[in-house]
Amino acid sequence: MNVINDPFTWIAGLLINWLSTFMPADGVNITMAVLRAASLGIFALVMFMVMTWIERKGVARIQNRIGPNLAGPWGLFQPLADGVKALTKEDITPDHADRIVYNIAPILSAAAAMIVFAAIPFGPGLIGTDMNIGIFYILAVSGMGVLAILLAGWSSNNKYALLGGFRVVAQLVSYEVPHVLSIAAPVMLAGSMSLIDIVNKQPVWYIFVLPASAVIVMLSGMAEVGRSPFDLLDAESEIIAGHHIEYSGMKFALFFLAEYVHAFAVCCIVTALFLGGWRGPNIAGVTVPWLWFWIKTILLFNIMVWARGTLPRLRIDQLMAFNWKFLVPLSLANLIVVPLADRLAQGLGLAQGSWPWALVMLAFNVAMIVVAFSLVGAPGRRARMAAEAPAEAPTESHGESGNGEEHGLTHGADAGHAPAAVGVH
Amino acid sequence: MTILQVMFILISLITLGGGLYTVTAKNLFHAALGLILSLAGVACLYGLLEASFLAGAQVLIYIGAIAILIIFAVMLTRGVMGAFPRANEQWSYAVIVSLALLAVLLVTLFRFSWPQGAPAAVPTDSIARLGQALVDPGQYALPFEVASVLLVAALIGSIYVARDKK
Amino acid sequence: MLQDFAFVGIFIVVAIALAGGPLLLAWLLRPAKPNPIKSSTYECGVETYGDAWVQFKVQYYIYALVFVLFDIESVFLFPWAVIYNQLPLFAVLEMVLFILILTGALVYAWRKGDLEWV
Repeated sequence: MNVINDPFTWIAGLLINWLSTFMPADGVNITMAVLRAASLGIFALVMFMVMTWIERKGVARIQNRIGPNLAGPWGLFQPLADGVKALTKEDITPDHADRIVYNIAPILSAAAAMIVFAAIPFGPGLIGTDMNIGIFYILAVSGMGVLAILLAGWSSNNKYALLGGFRVVAQLVSYEVPHVLSIAAPVMLAGSMSLIDIVNKQPVWYIFVLPASAVIVMLSGMAEVGRSPFDLLDAESEIIAGHHIEYSGMKFALFFLAEYVHAFAVCCIVTALFLGGWRGPNIAGVTVPWLWFWIKTILLFNIMVWARGTLPRLRIDQLMAFNWKFLVPLSLANLIVVPLADRLAQGLGLAQGSWPWALVMLAFNVAMIVVAFSLVGAPGRRARMAAEAPAEAPTESHGESGNGEEHGLTHGADAGHAPAAVGVH
Repeated sequence: MTILQVMFILISLITLGGGLYTVTAKNLFHAALGLILSLAGVACLYGLLEASFLAGAQVLIYIGAIAILIIFAVMLTRGVMGAFPRANEQWSYAVIVSLALLAVLLVTLFRFSWPQGAPAAVPTDSIARLGQALVDPGQYALPFEVASVLLVAALIGSIYVARDKK
Repeated sequence: MLQDFAFVGIFIVVAIALAGGPLLLAWLLRPAKPNPIKSSTYECGVETYGDAWVQFKVQYYIYALVFVLFDIESVFLFPWAVIYNQLPLFAVLEMVLFILILTGALVYAWRKGDLEWV
């Protein structure tokens, strides 16, 4: 282990040696724990700044404009400028707002987003603490963030904030179901909830073995965070910004921070669970696990930015229908198909973790996805073609039926609804 | 006093304080917040007992789901923010029953011979053992399946009661 | 294991400090000029109309209910998933049965129209 391989452990080693010279062992442990926690928190904050920059530049380029370019080269200091702005804006507390709860909500939201990083493995030894309930802890902590939104909506003494808060919580709570159910699949195959164990069991990345679970966790993670195309409830043009209407200045910045840090946490989780975490080839003969983890996570975040820039926003009933009528049944089917396929593959004599086994699992997963799409897409397509039958031109219907299969946006239950996009962000 | 005992006393005080605030708060929403504090305290107590999975499950289910459900239920029945308190007319009966319960608990506390000595070490694979116990036909497989039926019954019942009757 | 929770406890304190720190800094740095119009409740730019009373739809409660059901299912699911690799096929089928029973609950809610956002 040298500096490039694992700079953080090397620095930690230096610090421990220095501290041991004048502190007892317990003091050294506690100081190192506090430093580890502080560095994880500061890493989250720094990544927040990087992510806002990537997002603004990325969405701008997709929309054929330049994005921030005044505050430093390529607008790199834009997040700093935003931070200074947030610090110096006046904080207007509405009358009759419940002071204590009103102030606790943004802190709870930001803190809940940050403490997820205690269980995320950035490298073989680089983890806050390797709990044996790793991924379960992460799910539990995300639930606390949901509560903070409810507190924010209620304490603002504003009926739009309250309404927005309820709707956001209803959305978050609904999308947590497929999230939790699909996370059970890699836990099943790895035999442990600790994220380090799950990464260690991935000579074949789980995205090839469990593509359905990966996509469901990514989609429901995006919906959990409240990002496009699921951001109806806190987008600026919708129900006047939902639960954080009455927040201004730094408190609003804390909510904003919580959203981005949570998005980054979701990317980290998907990387660790499905993309093989820190596994990657050596660069110039040196293993750099932390670099590979970071690259994969940033790649996933770019996919999120891409989705935000290109996809139209879903309406609230489309949102709920997509969850309860497509994602939840698909994740339940996934939970049934994956163990049965795995047992079948093992019964055929294929060892877990080998490529032939992965191919068998992939085949079953793909079959399940195809069946799911055909079950969902066919009634919707038929209904839409029936609705458009009078004004039909041959080329038009052909184009429509091609579109129907790509997203899970059209459903039998919404027969007759043209899935009108509410607004392109 | 070991650090563990200090932590235990602190967490118990927080749990009990939360519970006390729940029953005495004037504002119903604040009472729900006190309940959440109490539930978080219980999760920390599970952590002190090294029952990591239970601590996670407590936070995930109670704070992440049931607390939200309770707050929704409060809003559903009141609908007004800043709910007004309402005194319970049967408070005298409640006091009698509570005192009786307290007497029973105190008697049990002082007459039972509590085991002395350090508790046995918690096995490191406790979650695996829990999983094994859930599906082992000789252990808890049948209650496990019955639990699912119970959950379905609870869901159907509560949806039926909560549904808007057109 | 207790060290893990101790670390989580420390991290919670540090996270609250990291979140509250900027708030404190902002409180020191920002101007504070409240006036009645700025502090009044926001309602699309017009005067507040009526009580802060919201038509609370029962649909929110039903979504939370179904979520509680699946949350409790996940508590049974995760220990099984942890030991999945050592289980005989019979135990796998037991869990499949468990999931199917709960899918039945979902189908009930679906068919009765409880999952529609009205």
